[in-house]
Amino acid sequence: MTDLYQQTIVEHAKRPRNFGPLPGANRGAQGVNPLCGDEIELHLRVEGDRVEAATFEGAGCAVCVASASMMTLAVKGSSAADAARLMQRVRDLVAGGDGKNLGEIESLKGVARYPARRKCALLAWRALEAALAGEATQVSTEL
Amino acid sequence: MNLWRDFPALDQAVHGKPLVYLDSAATSQKPRAVIDAISRFYEQDNANVHRGVHALAERATAQLEDARERVRRFINAARADEIVFVRGVTEAVNLVADSFESDRDEIVVTALEHHSNLVPWQRFKVRVAGVDDRGDLRLDELEKLIGPRTRLVAAAHVSNALGTINPVEKIVKLAHDKGVAVLLDGAQAAPHLKVDVQRIGCDFYAFSAHKMYGPMGIGVLYGKAALLDAMRPWQRGGEMVQKVSWESATYQKAPYRFEAGTPDVAAAVGLRAAIEWLSGKDLLEHEQGLLRRGIDVLQTIPGVRLLGAPRERIGILTFTVEGVHPHDVGTVLDQEGIAVRTGHLCAQPLLERFGQTAVVRASLAAYSRPEDLDALGAGLHKVRETFG
Ligand SMILES: Cc1ncc(COP(=O)(O)O)c(C=O)c1O
Repeated sequence: MTDLYQQTIVEHAKRPRNFGPLPGANRGAQGVNPLCGDEIELHLRVEGDRVEAATFEGAGCAVCVASASMMTLAVKGSSAADAARLMQRVRDLVAGGDGKNLGEIESLKGVARYPARRKCALLAWRALEAALAGEATQVSTEL
Repeated sequence: MNLWRDFPALDQAVHGKPLVYLDSAATSQKPRAVIDAISRFYEQDNANVHRGVHALAERATAQLEDARERVRRFINAARADEIVFVRGVTEAVNLVADSFESDRDEIVVTALEHHSNLVPWQRFKVRVAGVDDRGDLRLDELEKLIGPRTRLVAAAHVSNALGTINPVEKIVKLAHDKGVAVLLDGAQAAPHLKVDVQRIGCDFYAFSAHKMYGPMGIGVLYGKAALLDAMRPWQRGGEMVQKVSWESATYQKAPYRFEAGTPDVAAAVGLRAAIEWLSGKDLLEHEQGLLRRGIDVLQTIPGVRLLGAPRERIGILTFTVEGVHPHDVGTVLDQEGIAVRTGHLCAQPLLERFGQTAVVRASLAAYSRPEDLDALGAGLHKVRETFG
């Protein structure tokens, strides 16, 4: 059991960081999981090429919320290109890839053994991708 | 009653723990008798039906029609040609939505419907009779909604989300008093209750084999003969025609006019075996006993909240665990070998009515055992520990 619900994940799920609205946000996207009705709303403040701040709101399972919480911490201050690279690493991680140098995010490694839960882990990241691309305002796990 | 042994799939370990299958409302496991009947059909009798003169074709055709007759007796329909084989409830509802003709444009449903008895009707104007906080239908509301514009009343016999047994005879009476026909979704009723379509008086009744110990891929639409014969054909092609020219065709009578193409004969054989397995077993008392135990178990666990408390219900326990998302509950239970359903249960508007977007559902069947519910209780303690 502990391989999925790592202490880090449970902690982030119970006390998500950067949870709430973001004053001055200029980008955003909503992520929905039609399978369970989960919805998270991601807010970004982007200046130039840099993510100055990221917050999220909504409800989801522990994997989804923890992943969103860790994401908002990780992308703060990074460029769009850095964020895209990180996103790809997380995709690889939950598909069984290695998590070296990913810090806390490595705690999502266990998700690889639960194919049905991968989309929960990726929801916030997909919203990030959409928000940075600045086009779609809603993304779904079912694509 | 030790029916558990009849079900080979139950006897296995999951994540190193003995399987506790509490997802029978999604699909039941299949008894050995059903699995064997299907194999036997493919090993001995497989041929296409209604189109050959050779021995195997005759045997296959006879088996399909035997199954139809067995279904007729199972739900006490007046005639075997009132039994249409379909893929399941979803297909049955779509068939009626497409083929039942009327110049009225309103469909009255209950708030307890599964998406499959709601979405196919949304091309008409859907009017919804609500439920109270227990999850019991407000019959008075239903009565008020039925009027001169009502095309059909479409109602669940039993709710897949709360287990509520709807007062179907009363529903039929209310509708018929106003000259309106009734379709009942029996997906969750057929496995548990004695269904007598003539006593209920409904015009259409649909159920799926896979929820009543039979195979996936087949279900039944019962329709009163006069109504079926007046309905336009649905899918068109082989089997359902009488005479065909380049330009046109004449159609068979019901049920064949609704059974275009090669049917799943093996599944019909499996359905028949499932009905035979069910017959003579009085499961209701067994399942009601387990239901009471399940409620007791859940009520002792802090933070567990049951959704609804219908007065008449089958063995469905839908609940939430405070502070833990249903998906996480489901995953922790899975690690303990316990299979439950999590999510919106294909009843999103109903869950919304109860202030939820997702829930956990444990559902019981003939093979459920008291120890399954104790395992669920232990599993839920584990959930609380993990997220404590
Ligand atoms: C009440 C109810 N109606 C309809 C359905 C749909 O049945 P099927 O998927 O077999 O078409 C289900 C089960 O999924 C159900 O529980």
